[in-house]
Amino acid sequence: MTAYIIRRCLYAIPIVLGVIILTFLLFFVVNSPDDMAAKILGEKNLTPEAIEKWKQDHNYHLPTLVNTEEQGLKKLTQTIFYQKGLSLLWFDFGKSDRNNENIGYQIRRRMGPSLLIGIPTFILGLLVNITAAMIIAYYRGTYIDFWGVVICVILMSVSTLYYIIAGQYVFGKILRIFPISGYDVGVHSIKFVVMSVVIGIITGIGGGVRFYRTIFLEEIGKDYIRTARAKGLSEAKVLFKHGLKNAMIPILTGVVVAIPFLFMGSLLLEAFFAIPGLGSYSIEAIQAQDFAIVRAMVYLGSVLYIVGLILTDISYTLVDPRIRLE
Amino acid sequence: MMLEFFKSYAFQNIFVAVILASGAWLIVKARQKQHWVSAWRQIRVKKLAMISFVIIICYGIVGLLDSIAWRDGVYGEDGSRSYDKQGERIYEPTGKSLLDRAFVFLRENTEKTYSSPFAAHQFTKETMEQPDGTIARDYPPLKHPRTHLLGTDKAGGDILFRALKGVRTALIIGGLTTFIAIPFAILFGVVAGFFGGWVDDVIQYIYTTLSSIPGILLIVAFLLLFDRGLFQICVILGITGWTGLCRLLRAETLKLRELDYVQAAQAFGVSTPMILLRHIVPNLMHIILISFILRFSGLVMSEAILSYIGVGVGPETGSWGNMIVEAQYELGREPIVWWNLLASFIFMFGLVLPVNLFGDAARDALDPRLRTR
Repeated sequence: MTAYIIRRCLYAIPIVLGVIILTFLLFFVVNSPDDMAAKILGEKNLTPEAIEKWKQDHNYHLPTLVNTEEQGLKKLTQTIFYQKGLSLLWFDFGKSDRNNENIGYQIRRRMGPSLLIGIPTFILGLLVNITAAMIIAYYRGTYIDFWGVVICVILMSVSTLYYIIAGQYVFGKILRIFPISGYDVGVHSIKFVVMSVVIGIITGIGGGVRFYRTIFLEEIGKDYIRTARAKGLSEAKVLFKHGLKNAMIPILTGVVVAIPFLFMGSLLLEAFFAIPGLGSYSIEAIQAQDFAIVRAMVYLGSVLYIVGLILTDISYTLVDPRIRLE
Repeated sequence: MMLEFFKSYAFQNIFVAVILASGAWLIVKARQKQHWVSAWRQIRVKKLAMISFVIIICYGIVGLLDSIAWRDGVYGEDGSRSYDKQGERIYEPTGKSLLDRAFVFLRENTEKTYSSPFAAHQFTKETMEQPDGTIARDYPPLKHPRTHLLGTDKAGGDILFRALKGVRTALIIGGLTTFIAIPFAILFGVVAGFFGGWVDDVIQYIYTTLSSIPGILLIVAFLLLFDRGLFQICVILGITGWTGLCRLLRAETLKLRELDYVQAAQAFGVSTPMILLRHIVPNLMHIILISFILRFSGLVMSEAILSYIGVGVGPETGSWGNMIVEAQYELGREPIVWWNLLASFIFMFGLVLPVNLFGDAARDALDPRLRTR
């Protein structure tokens, strides 16, 4: 098992390197540091000296790949690729372009609020979706099934933005149950979190229920279910005990990959409700055109996704003994 | 010079004609194939799917009308054509599409600012002189009362017309994007699945790397670096979007490769490109079509999200995303302005829902096994 995990992690290295090279190409070759300086400094104070000073301050004045002025190892380390690209490997995110904040510090600070919304949304959402999907699958072929699926498609066809805007308006402005937006520390954060969690769950219901329904229907068609019925078990027991257990395998593969991503937070929810998580951090960076932060978030997101893939493979082997570690 | 041409209305119109012609050609081709015809028969008996189909066609017609555009010449006051010093005709700076020309009354009947749907009076009060000479604050009557079915926006433009203009943007993002993605997906998917070995490894590596980058951040970064615009959005959504389809096509090619008729073709000495073209790719078409339809609605919705983040199509292009962004501020007003949001909702939902319903029917008819999104 350990050997498998190590091998699986080694497979991930070229992909992480690929992500670094790709983002490097996008941010430094397609877009030169001069372009970046121009965007940050604005048209007003755009003089060659100002650009040069900004580049010096942010280490963008270094050569791209090889520094011929330095000696030994410094030839490679005193370059943009090493300092802005490779250093991401050991999570050295550097400073933001606009106000010189330490990006790593910001990420650690903002992870908490993101998780506080992400984890309840994820767990409750999963419970709601699976329960609803099982009920619909239990009544398969009836009107409940037909309309359940139609309602799912209708819910799926509404853009997330409408859910958020409508939720904010109805719960926050008309009913005044929750504050419209904002955040607080400790116990007081709950009243700010609940609304985003509720809206987050509603947003995912349509697609989720429909997806899990197809998984259950697929399981129901299998032989072991027929055997269970032949033994004389009740339909509910067949479905909820035997079916659910086996459906866990396909469900798990879809779910585990999303777990590391909870750290990233939700771009839209956090931005709308002014929650200081990583999602709103990304949006603020995008709107301020702060590429250092965007670069860090792109890398962080990729790494979390790759971790998710590895976790998926491992969990797959844990729940399904038929899968061998080869 | 070249770039000028690509931006010109002539190119745009030719492009529309080419799309229409190739669409017609594909339909004619499909009618000769038994399995496409029988799939269509299966869809045709489903009422919900057919209603959806009709609605999609209506959207398509609006989008098409809005895509055919040309510039009018400028006329002098006496009605004669105007010429510049070189003796060339002067044209208006921007062209008008067939849709603009058909709905002149909607486009030109603008008000001063907000008015609610079907209202006779403006939404906001103004200081006016009454007939008896006194000055009072009241709701002034509209210039075109009871003509704005969905009200007017802040600049007084007709909301219905704005929503109609958003149709083209949505269709282009949903359609063009996939047209950009499909060639990549077919090429890489088929090659990886058919040849296997190191080619497969390299291609798998490329798409795993690409798909591990969070799509939305990659898209936004791309749009920040290049200028934002409709075409750029399509390109980057296409680049990030081909990986999913590629994976499906690779898996299917792996299966097809082992089938008897492919092996028979190989035994007869048919060249590899010919096998790919005649025996593999045609048998992937149903997967491509299904994923085209199912992805369409997600792409339409992503336009709104990009607009919200601030990297959308830009204010000069009509889009539902822009309307939602405006509506967010309008809901903060007291009393609220709700019709902008409602109009964008009706139009977006009215497109996405039929596409989803039709996509489901098409999937069931073409390949009941394929349940992945």
